[in-house]
Amino acid sequence: MIIDINFIGLIIASIMASAVPLILASCGELITERSGVLNLGVEGMMIIGAISGFALMTVTGSLIIAIFGAMLAGVLISTIFAFLTQTLITNHVATGLALTIFGIGISAMIGKNFVGIPGKEFPVIFEGLKDTIPLLGPILFGHSIVFYFAFALPFITSYFLKKTKIGLIVRAVGDSPESASNQGINVRLVRYACILYGGAMSGLAGAYLSMIYTPQWIENMTGGRGWIALALVVFSTWNPIKILIGAMIFGGLTIIQFHMQAIGVRIPVQFLTALPYIVTIIVLVVISRDSRKIRLSTPSSLGKSFHKDN
Amino acid sequence: MIKIVKRDQPSRAIFFFTPVLAIFLTLVAGGLIFFILGFKPFEALKFFFIVPIADKYGFSELLLKATPLCLIAIGLSFCFKSNNWNIGAEGQLTFGAIVSGGVALLFYEQEGFYILPIVILAGAIGGMLYASIPAILKTYFNTNEILVSLMLVYVSKLILDYLVVGPWSNPEGFNFPETRQFSESAKLPLLFEGLRIHAGIFLALAAVVISWFVFYKTYLGFQMKVSGFSLKTAKYAGYKGKKMIILVFLISGACAGLAGVGEITGPIGQLHREISPDYGFTAIIVAFLGRLHPVGIIFASLVVAITYLGAETAQIFMQIPKYTGQVFQGMILFFLLASDYLLFFKIKFIGLKK
Repeated sequence: MIIDINFIGLIIASIMASAVPLILASCGELITERSGVLNLGVEGMMIIGAISGFALMTVTGSLIIAIFGAMLAGVLISTIFAFLTQTLITNHVATGLALTIFGIGISAMIGKNFVGIPGKEFPVIFEGLKDTIPLLGPILFGHSIVFYFAFALPFITSYFLKKTKIGLIVRAVGDSPESASNQGINVRLVRYACILYGGAMSGLAGAYLSMIYTPQWIENMTGGRGWIALALVVFSTWNPIKILIGAMIFGGLTIIQFHMQAIGVRIPVQFLTALPYIVTIIVLVVISRDSRKIRLSTPSSLGKSFHKDN
Repeated sequence: MIKIVKRDQPSRAIFFFTPVLAIFLTLVAGGLIFFILGFKPFEALKFFFIVPIADKYGFSELLLKATPLCLIAIGLSFCFKSNNWNIGAEGQLTFGAIVSGGVALLFYEQEGFYILPIVILAGAIGGMLYASIPAILKTYFNTNEILVSLMLVYVSKLILDYLVVGPWSNPEGFNFPETRQFSESAKLPLLFEGLRIHAGIFLALAAVVISWFVFYKTYLGFQMKVSGFSLKTAKYAGYKGKKMIILVFLISGACAGLAGVGEITGPIGQLHREISPDYGFTAIIVAFLGRLHPVGIIFASLVVAITYLGAETAQIFMQIPKYTGQVFQGMILFFLLASDYLLFFKIKFIGLKK
């Protein structure tokens, strides 16, 4: 049997494409968590981004407005979370859960009129170069701009955290809000900014799903990806580059599942669908078993409220 | 001038007042959303919150929906009180339903008084087994229980889907994704002729009484309370942390499993794809709204159950999308958390000084 080398390239490209929303949402959440805030509302922010992007695309016809609108929607919905956890000092876990429930409800409400409408084609770049190099051609070329952005994001995030002054401030706020505050850093402001940034990235991840990947609006279409993105942050031990690896593994699981069904492997389809969730649990167990390592890499104030008495 | 002052001590009166405030604010915000969507706010709220429970049938439906919510929330309150974030009750409900449904199917052509207790017990055990996974992974492998319990929700729904489509599907069922009907002996008896409310409500009430007793009259309840306030103190006092974590997960798994039993052996009488409209997630809100207090949870489950009924009624009469129910549920939790600010801070209105 001769395996077409370009076919392998196409499979790898499709794995990368399914990793995109995970990378975007995880990198956003990573910044939020690095500042000491645990936002469990990723799933809700993603689904809001998905419907906002799709609705804006259908109504305005402009892809640019739709993409940025979805990010703005993510920012707006995460503002609720930021206001509650930072200004009113509510519990992060409960507030994040409320955000997810609320987001799924609101998205279905808005999305009622957009079910069944076909999506638009999203422009890809470097399409012509696809056939120039075997194997690498389909991997490197012919993708949307969001795709390229997603694969650059972990490196940008890593550079931001390690090399820039603002990145240092974010880490300081997450590791020791008291001392950061004593140094004159406005902890609350930094955390607000990090939460809103996380919202924007989750919004973009959702828009990618509804506008580029699927592309149409289906109720509850994020299907747990927001939660997997949260698990990826733990998997990465808060290191953005490792998010890339984790997201590729999960992207791979999703794609393999389609191909195994296509070639008629005799495994119940439900088992294959459950695989990403089961693997997430196994991976979490393996990573977390080393409690010392987890403790060293977790932002020290993660999930704890900080209140400065005036 | 408005000045915000920290209270010396959280206010007890406000502790029980804020849930009421949260419900009120949710109604206001809900009316606003209806207005934005182009409905008459008061009429919409009436269809949402009053019309569904205006008659005997509606009231029975309210109790029917409140039963699983109350049962699960009671179980969750054990976890939440002791700082364990079990958010996968939906999975434990599903798995409990699978196990008890499986047992009920074994007896599908038999009758006998002994069948129902076995079916109920099987559901509780199923829920406990499923809840023990995040509990054991948390205690022995240091794994985050939030993510594990949540991932297991998706897995349980896929197991159920596999079973009702495949090996357990009704051989005479024309390939519908559902099992055989259980025998009459495996069904919870209905309480009134013509109404769907069934004996499952007694399971919920028993859970309320037992949990009240455990919380306020036993050493375990005291330990849970201390661990909830401060894990360090609990350690210092020498409590067996691991044992307690597993115990509270088992209790909440059993409750969720029993809720699953109620769903399939009540009005439905068989396993099928969608046995629960996310009761397991909504119960998290119920637990908080009820302040993790058994009596509070009863009231909270009734209030939140209305959002399910209201969403259905509003959809039929006003074509308001049924997801409004979820929006209301999310808002209740938002407002509740927000109004907790008043627990710790006083807002003082100070007159301008001359």
